[in-house]
Amino acid sequence: MTSILTNLFDGVAYGMLLFVLACGLAVTLGLMNFVNLAHGAFAMAGGYVCMVLVNRMGWPFFAALPLAFVSSAAIGIALERTLYRHLYARSHLDQVLFTIGLTFMSVAAVDYIQGSSRVFINLPAALQGQFDVFGVGIGRYRLMIIVICGLLTVGLQMVLAKTRFGSRLRAAVDDPRAASGLGINVPQVFAFTFAFGCGLAGLGGALSAEILGLDPYFPLKFMIYFLIVVTVGGSSSITGPFLASLLLGIGDVAGKYYVPKMGPFVIYTMMIVILIWRPNGLFGRTAAR
Amino acid sequence: MFERKQLSHKASSKVTWTTAVAALAGLAGFAPAKAADSVKVGLILPMTGGQASTGKQIENAIKLYMQQNGDTVAGKKIEIILKDDAAIPDKTKTAAQELIVNDKVNFIAGFGVTPAALAAAPLATQAKIPEVVMAAGTSIITERSPYIVRTSFTLAQSSTIIGDWAAKNGIKKVATLTSDYAPGNDALNFFKQHFTAGGGEVVEEVKVPLQNPDFAPFLQRMKDAKPDAIFVFVPAGQGGSFMKQYAERGLDKAGIRVIGPGDVTDDDLLNNMGDAVLGTVTAHIYSAAHPSQLNKDFVAAYKKAFGNRPGFMAVGGYDGIHLIYAALKKTGGDTDGTKLIEAMKGQKWESPRGPISIDPETRDIIQNVYIRKVEKVDGELYNVEFQTFEAVKDPGKTKK
Repeated sequence: MTSILTNLFDGVAYGMLLFVLACGLAVTLGLMNFVNLAHGAFAMAGGYVCMVLVNRMGWPFFAALPLAFVSSAAIGIALERTLYRHLYARSHLDQVLFTIGLTFMSVAAVDYIQGSSRVFINLPAALQGQFDVFGVGIGRYRLMIIVICGLLTVGLQMVLAKTRFGSRLRAAVDDPRAASGLGINVPQVFAFTFAFGCGLAGLGGALSAEILGLDPYFPLKFMIYFLIVVTVGGSSSITGPFLASLLLGIGDVAGKYYVPKMGPFVIYTMMIVILIWRPNGLFGRTAAR
Repeated sequence: MFERKQLSHKASSKVTWTTAVAALAGLAGFAPAKAADSVKVGLILPMTGGQASTGKQIENAIKLYMQQNGDTVAGKKIEIILKDDAAIPDKTKTAAQELIVNDKVNFIAGFGVTPAALAAAPLATQAKIPEVVMAAGTSIITERSPYIVRTSFTLAQSSTIIGDWAAKNGIKKVATLTSDYAPGNDALNFFKQHFTAGGGEVVEEVKVPLQNPDFAPFLQRMKDAKPDAIFVFVPAGQGGSFMKQYAERGLDKAGIRVIGPGDVTDDDLLNNMGDAVLGTVTAHIYSAAHPSQLNKDFVAAYKKAFGNRPGFMAVGGYDGIHLIYAALKKTGGDTDGTKLIEAMKGQKWESPRGPISIDPETRDIIQNVYIRKVEKVDGELYNVEFQTFEAVKDPGKTKK
């Protein structure tokens, strides 16, 4: 019984992490209709920024996390203003080719600057190890992930649903022409949204270094996971990818624990089954755009 | 070219002259008199990608050896041509083809991973030139071509020894965690054979995918199986992740030890793993803490030149280039591939890892395997050797 709960806890933490990593992609892909396969590169950037700050410059881990967010967002906004915006009107194939090229460039650049071996972020002692709650092993680091990611999810949902910016964004997405006619600065809204998504990826990258490992191949290794989350969740809302992440995280952990021989196939099997059942994802729009 | 001539006579004549000079210079480079004076070694290593640390270590070690021993042997100048295959077998094959056909190399060497070494095997056989394997560790490699010789190690060498050691040293129940690819399966099978023959029991067996992001669920399974120790083999780069999560889950406090072949505690990464790794017992062929004077000098020279300590991959490269030098000395500079391979068989020398030799029958390396324990020495983590198994042949060769 306790091992079931321990696994459930690990699975939730893993799922939350996947969500923070992938939800920026859900935003660009679903809301802005832009295929950004370089999403993982922004996550990696955040991870490396955090590593350099903590390991080399002696910053405390919690002070480095916001900076991981900010730096990835800054890189995001710079690229959006200079490169990405020229591709909004182009075909999806162009977008895929362009962003996958960016991904390879980021891999080579990080490999050149930092070397290709896996790096770790020095964690404070308070975040290491496990404690027992009625026999259930609770990892301190994983608990922190759940708390941070949980708060983020709630905040994100509030911003999208309740704020002025959220309604502007939804308007800009649904009908850019009408929105700009109403005085909404559509390019600005998009740029801001894109940067925010990149920032989330950067934060996710910093948080995931401990669990997924951080090396220059990060964007390529985890691209598939981001895409699975977005596909399974459907890309028209935040709730979809959130539930999908949790489902996949728990499923992946449980699969590896109970049927280790199946190993990585559990997550793919789940994806296939869900997509057969709901081809547009769990919460996908039924009508085509 | 002709069109250009009509456009501007002056510019085109300049172009023609440059081309002619370049062509002449090129011819001079390929002049037979000069080519005979040099011996070319085509070095194929993963310099980028997940295995890049292997390539870097081997390249460094070869540079160091050539600085220490000069770049001429038996009147021939040794020329190294380095190609990066990123540990992708297709690229290895292309690189080997280019080296053999265009550069006319006399040796191909390096090979970071097993599939890369295997991809080049038929080419070595066809071209009749020696393939010196400096890193890859699956047993079958040397059986794939009569021209392959190995200076690294095989996983069978270390895994059988740690299996015997565990059974004799109070470890009764073991859970295994190995990466699901050829070397991982070699490690698992040879360990299991020897450990169970010694009376031990394998209570849990998990193969993890090679591209595994998270060890948590597998480690939880190990913890619940309550073994005396975990036998672990993951590629060197993942060792750090494994050890961190092992500690996070409290397996060290639950009294579950870690044993295995030495890849998990590679000298290259050991210092970053944290104190949870203390007490890990592994069997392996090389430790930077090996107490011989030769090794102390080797480690000091390597540290001075490259800023970090050498790992077992570096020593594989160092011995590989030594073997090439030794073979050329024996043939008196004759570069006939078959003669070179014959000259390599039975070579014996003192390496930083201890005494080693090349088995004349299998062309594989015979060497000492050491049981080591991770300890803190002068504030740094080291694999400290405490027991030696001498002159271990590869137990993985098929019986003829």
